[in-house]
Amino acid sequence: MSAAATQPAVQTSKRGTAVNWQSSEMLALRKKRYAADRRLQAYGMLAIFFALGFLVVLIGTLTFTGYRAFTQSMVTIDIDFSSAEINRENPMESNWRTIFRKAVIDDVGELSRSEERDYFSMFTSSAPFLIRDQIIADPSILDGRASFTVPMSDPIDQLAKGLVDTDLPENQRRVNDKQIELFNKLEAKGAISQPFNWGLFFNSDSRFPELAGLAGAISGSFWLLLVCFLISFPVGIAAAIYLEEFAPKNRFTDLIEININNLAAVPSVVFGLLGLAVFLGWFGLPRSAPLVGGMVLALMTLPTLIIVTRASLKSVPSSIKEAALGVGASKHETILHHILPLSMPTIMTGTIIGLAQALGETAPLLLIGMNAFITSPPSGVLEASTALPTQIYIWADSPERGFVARTSAAILVLLGFLVLMNSIAIFLRQRFERRW
Amino acid sequence: MLTDTAIETKLSSMTNQPSIKMRGEKVDVFYGEKQALFGVDLNVPEQQVMALIGPSGCGKSTFLRCLNRMNDTIDICKVLGNITLDGEDIYDPKIDVVELRARVGMVFQKPNPFPKSIYENIAYGPRIHGLTKSKAELDEVVESSLRKAAIWEEVKDRLQEPGTGLSGGQQQRLCIARAIAVSPEVILMDEPCSALDPIATAKVEELIDELRVNFTIVIVTHSMQQAARVSQRTAMFHLGNLVEEGPTDKMFTNPDNKLTQDYITGRFG
Amino acid sequence: MVSYLLIILLVASIASAMAGLHRARRQRDLATIKVHSRPIYHALNAAIWTGVPAFVFLLLWTLGEASIQDMLVLSSFPGADQLSGPERDLLISEIRQVQAGNLFTEPSPEILAAVDHLKSLELIFNWAMVAVAASLASIGAFFGYRIIQDRYQARYSVERSVTWFMIFSSIVAIITTLGIVSSLVYEAYQFFTKVPFAEFFFGTRWEPQIAIRADQVAGQGAFGMLPVLFGTMVISALAMAVAVPTGIFSAIYLTEYADQRFRSVVKPLLEILAGIPTIVYGFFAVLTVAPAVRSLGLSLGIDAAPNSALAAGGVMGVMLIPFISSLSDDAFAAVPRAMRDGSYALGATKGETIRKVLLPAALPGIIGGVLLALSRAIGETMIVVMAAGLIAKMTLNPFDSVTTVTVQIVTLLIGDSEFDNPKTLAAFALGLVLFTITLGLNLIALQTVRKYREKY
Repeated sequence: MSAAATQPAVQTSKRGTAVNWQSSEMLALRKKRYAADRRLQAYGMLAIFFALGFLVVLIGTLTFTGYRAFTQSMVTIDIDFSSAEINRENPMESNWRTIFRKAVIDDVGELSRSEERDYFSMFTSSAPFLIRDQIIADPSILDGRASFTVPMSDPIDQLAKGLVDTDLPENQRRVNDKQIELFNKLEAKGAISQPFNWGLFFNSDSRFPELAGLAGAISGSFWLLLVCFLISFPVGIAAAIYLEEFAPKNRFTDLIEININNLAAVPSVVFGLLGLAVFLGWFGLPRSAPLVGGMVLALMTLPTLIIVTRASLKSVPSSIKEAALGVGASKHETILHHILPLSMPTIMTGTIIGLAQALGETAPLLLIGMNAFITSPPSGVLEASTALPTQIYIWADSPERGFVARTSAAILVLLGFLVLMNSIAIFLRQRFERRW
Repeated sequence: MLTDTAIETKLSSMTNQPSIKMRGEKVDVFYGEKQALFGVDLNVPEQQVMALIGPSGCGKSTFLRCLNRMNDTIDICKVLGNITLDGEDIYDPKIDVVELRARVGMVFQKPNPFPKSIYENIAYGPRIHGLTKSKAELDEVVESSLRKAAIWEEVKDRLQEPGTGLSGGQQQRLCIARAIAVSPEVILMDEPCSALDPIATAKVEELIDELRVNFTIVIVTHSMQQAARVSQRTAMFHLGNLVEEGPTDKMFTNPDNKLTQDYITGRFG
Repeated sequence: MVSYLLIILLVASIASAMAGLHRARRQRDLATIKVHSRPIYHALNAAIWTGVPAFVFLLLWTLGEASIQDMLVLSSFPGADQLSGPERDLLISEIRQVQAGNLFTEPSPEILAAVDHLKSLELIFNWAMVAVAASLASIGAFFGYRIIQDRYQARYSVERSVTWFMIFSSIVAIITTLGIVSSLVYEAYQFFTKVPFAEFFFGTRWEPQIAIRADQVAGQGAFGMLPVLFGTMVISALAMAVAVPTGIFSAIYLTEYADQRFRSVVKPLLEILAGIPTIVYGFFAVLTVAPAVRSLGLSLGIDAAPNSALAAGGVMGVMLIPFISSLSDDAFAAVPRAMRDGSYALGATKGETIRKVLLPAALPGIIGGVLLALSRAIGETMIVVMAAGLIAKMTLNPFDSVTTVTVQIVTLLIGDSEFDNPKTLAAFALGLVLFTITLGLNLIALQTVRKYREKY
C-alpha cells in the first residue's frame, strides 16, 4: 500500500473510482483533520477549565477575605468599681462613658488630651454600655475589681489581624503611632485575645463593624422563607395537580401553561416592582416586612415549583392510577392516596431547591425596602427586617474596612445555608426518588 | 462442532472463492460484562453480497459493526480477535479509523439522512475526506453517486431540498448514495429494508444487486427471502456463534446444520 | 389582630371537624342504608364550611381595609376634593404618620381631626371585621353540622371545594402576570402624563436626579432612556461574549469527548456556578474583578473606570455559562444517535461530526438557550447594581462605565418611594420596557425550542 504513495489520490480502474488513501496528499489532509479535532477538544477543555477556575478563585477569594471576620479582637480590662461614681440605686442613670474612660485610663498612665482620644477610640464605642449591661445583670460586680472583655474598634481589629501596614507614613493609615504603641503595651500585658466571633451570629446590624452581626438577617430570611413556603407549596402543588390531572385541554389551559413558562423567566426585579406597586402601594402592606417579601418570593418560586411537580406527577405510571380507580377510589382519592405520595420526594427536592434560590434572591427585596438599617431581629412577619442577601448588600456598601471581611463572611454563611439546603435536596433525591 | 464448521467454511471459501476482502478470526465482542460474540471466524468475499442471518439478538449486527469499527463509538464495547481488510489488521493501533470507515461504508437500519439538503448529504463525505478539488468535480461525484444509487432521476430537480423531506425508501437510497460518494470498497448494510414498504424494499434490493459489480457488500437481514434474493453467500448466527456459512443456494436448499434448517424453514426465530 | 383571628378560626374549624366526625359516626352506626361518604369527609366538609368563607373574608378585608379608610377620611377632609392625586397621597401619608405617633412638626387642627376620624374608623372597622368573620364562621359551622346525614354526599362537596382551590391556584399564575402588567402599565401611564412619550423613548440624555429639586416643574429632568438601554446592551453583549463560546464549548466537551466519570464530576461543579446568588457575583466583581480589569486597562494604556462595563459583563457572563452549557447539552443530547452513526460511518472525525452534523442539527435548541440567557443578562440586577456605573453614557469602550435599565430601576426606587414624582415613576416605565423586552425574547426562545423538540 505504501508503495502506491506517489500515485494520484483518485484513480479510475475498471471498478470505477478508487481512492488511494495512503498518498502523501491524503496523509497530510488526515493529519490536518485530526489536528482540527484535537483543537476543538482543547477549546472544550479550556472552557471548562475557565469556568471551574473562576469558581475556585471566587470561593477562594471570599474565604480568604472572609475567614478573618470569624474572629474578633477583644481586650480584657480590669476595673475597680468600688470608688467609681455610680448611682447604686439605679445603675442605668450613671454616666457610663465617663466611668469607663476613667477606669481604662488608670491602666496606661499619663496621656495628653489628644492621645486620650486616640486611646478611647481603640475600644468599640459602645464598650461602656456593654459593661453597663453586664453590671445590671449582676450588680455584685460593683463591690470590687472585675475584668471585662469588650471588642476593640475596627481599625485596631485590623491592626491585631496584621492587616495594617505599619511601614506606611502615619497619615496614610487609620491607626496612628500612639495607638500602635498603646496596642503593643496591651498585647504585652496579655490583654488582647482573638476568640471566635459569636457576635457575627448573635448580634444584629450595627454601624460599627466590630458589633455588627447577622442575627437580624438570618431571622428575617427565616420568616421570608416560611411565608414563601406556606404560600408556594400548597398553591404550587394544587395548580400542578389541576393542570396535570384535571384540566381540560383547551385554549385557556394552554394560556395558563404559556403563562407559567414565561413567568419562570421574568426578571426578578420586575417581581420587585410588582411587590412595590401592588402589595405596598395598592394594598398598603407595611414596608420592609418579611410578609411582603415572602409573598413576592412565593410568586417567583411558584412557576418553578409547578413545573417540577407536574414533571414528577407525570412520571408516575398510569397503571398505578388505573389500579386505584379500578378498586373504586375517586379521582381525588387516587391522587391523594397514591400519586401524590409517590411523587412527594421529587416535589420536596424541587421545593427545597426553589427555596434555596429564593434565599439568595436580592433585587425584589431591595425594592420593597428590606435593606433598611434595623438593629433588632424581627419577631414576626409584619416587622421591618433585613434578609441575608440584603444584609450583604448593605455591608458591601459600607465604607468601613471591617465590613469587607464581614461581607465575605456573610456570603460564606449564605453559601453555607445554600449548601445545606441543596445537600438535603440531593439526599432526598438519592434516598427516596424512584425511577419508573 | 463449531470449530469444525469454521475450518470447513474456511476451506470451502478458500477453494471456491479465492479473493477474500475481509477476514474475521476468533472475534469475541463484549458489552461490559456481557459477551455478545463468541469466537466468530468469517470471511467476506470480494465483489459479492454476503448476507448475515439469524434470530434477533444473535450477534449479526454486532459482527457487522466490528467490520468498520463502529463499535468504537460505544464506550463499554470491547472487541477481541482479529479482523483484516485486504490482509491488514483493522484493530491495529496504527490503523486510522477515519480511513477505515471511508473504505468500509455503512448503511443503517433506519434511514438517517442529515438534516441538510440532498446535495449536502452526498457532498459531506467527499468534502471531509478532501476527495474533490473543485465544485465541478464535487457536482460530478454527487451526480454519479445518486445515479449509482438509482435515485438521481427522482431528486435531480430538488437537490437543494432537505433530505429529510424524502420518502422512507428514497431516504434509504440517499443514504446508500451518501456511502457510495466516498468510494468505499466495502458497504455494510444493517437491515437496510426493515423500515421500508415492499415497493421501496424491491427497489433497494435491485440496487444492491447492481452495486455488487463495484463494491463488496455485507448485509444483515431478517428476511430469508431477501437473503436468498440478493446474496451469493450466507452466514447464519445464533446466540453469538457463527453456525454455518456457505453459498446461498446451498444454505437454502441443503444446509449442513439442523439449526440453520429449522431457522430457514421458519421453525423458530 | 388578624393573626389572632386566624388562629381562633383554625381552632373553630378543628372543633367543628371533631363535632362533625362524632355526628357522622353516630349517623353511620344508626344508618339502615349504605352511607354515601365516610365520616372523615363529613368532618372535613364541616371544617371547610366553618373556616373557608371567614378566611377568604378576612383576607380580602385586610387587603382592602386601608384604602377604604383612606377614602373615607379624605372625603370628610375639608378641601380634599380639590387636591390632585399625588397631593392626596401626601396628605393621607401625613395623617397616617401622625396617627402612628411620628410627630415631626406640630400638626394642623384639620389633620388632628382627620386622625381622630381615622382612629374611630379603625375601631369600627375592627369590630365589623370581627362581627362578620364570627357570624360567617358560626353560620358555616351550623349548616356544616346540620347537613350531616347518612344520605348526604359529603365527599362530593369536599372534592368540589378542593377542585375550586386547585383551579384558583392555577389561575394565580395568570393573576400574577396581570398584576405585573397592570401595575407597570398604570405607573408608566402616570409617568407619561408628566414626561412626554417621545422624550422617554427617543431622548438621549438620562439625568433623573435633576428632577428631584422641589422648585422644578416635574418632567424637566432628562428622561431619555436610550443611553440606559444602550448600556444594558453593551453589558449584555460582553456577558454573552463570555458565556456563549464558553458554554457551548464546555457542552461539546462534556457531551462528546468526556468520559462518564469526568462528566459526573464536572457537570455538578458547573451547576454550582448557577446556584450561587447573584449578589455574591456582584460582590466578587467589585472586590476582585473590577480592580483587575482596571489595572489591565491601565497597563494597556487605557483609562479604565473603576466600575467598568467589562468587569460587570464578564462576571455576568460566567454566571450564564452553566445556563447555556446545560441547554446546549440538552440540544446535543436530543440529536438522535443515528446522526452521529451516519457521520462516523462515513469516516468523519469526532470534530467534523460535531461541527458539521451535530451543531447544525442542535442549532435551534442552542439559539433558544442563548436567547433565554440573553433575556437573563438583560434582566440581571444585582451584579450590575454593585459593579456597573450610575451615569448613563453612550460608549462602546468596555473599560468605560455604563449604566443599565435594572441599575436605574433599583437606584430610583431605593430609599423613598412616594408614587408622585417622575423619578419614581420612571422606574416603572423602565420596568415596563424591561418586561416587554424579556417577554419577547422568552416567547421567541420557547417557540424555537418547542419547534425544535417537535422535529425529533
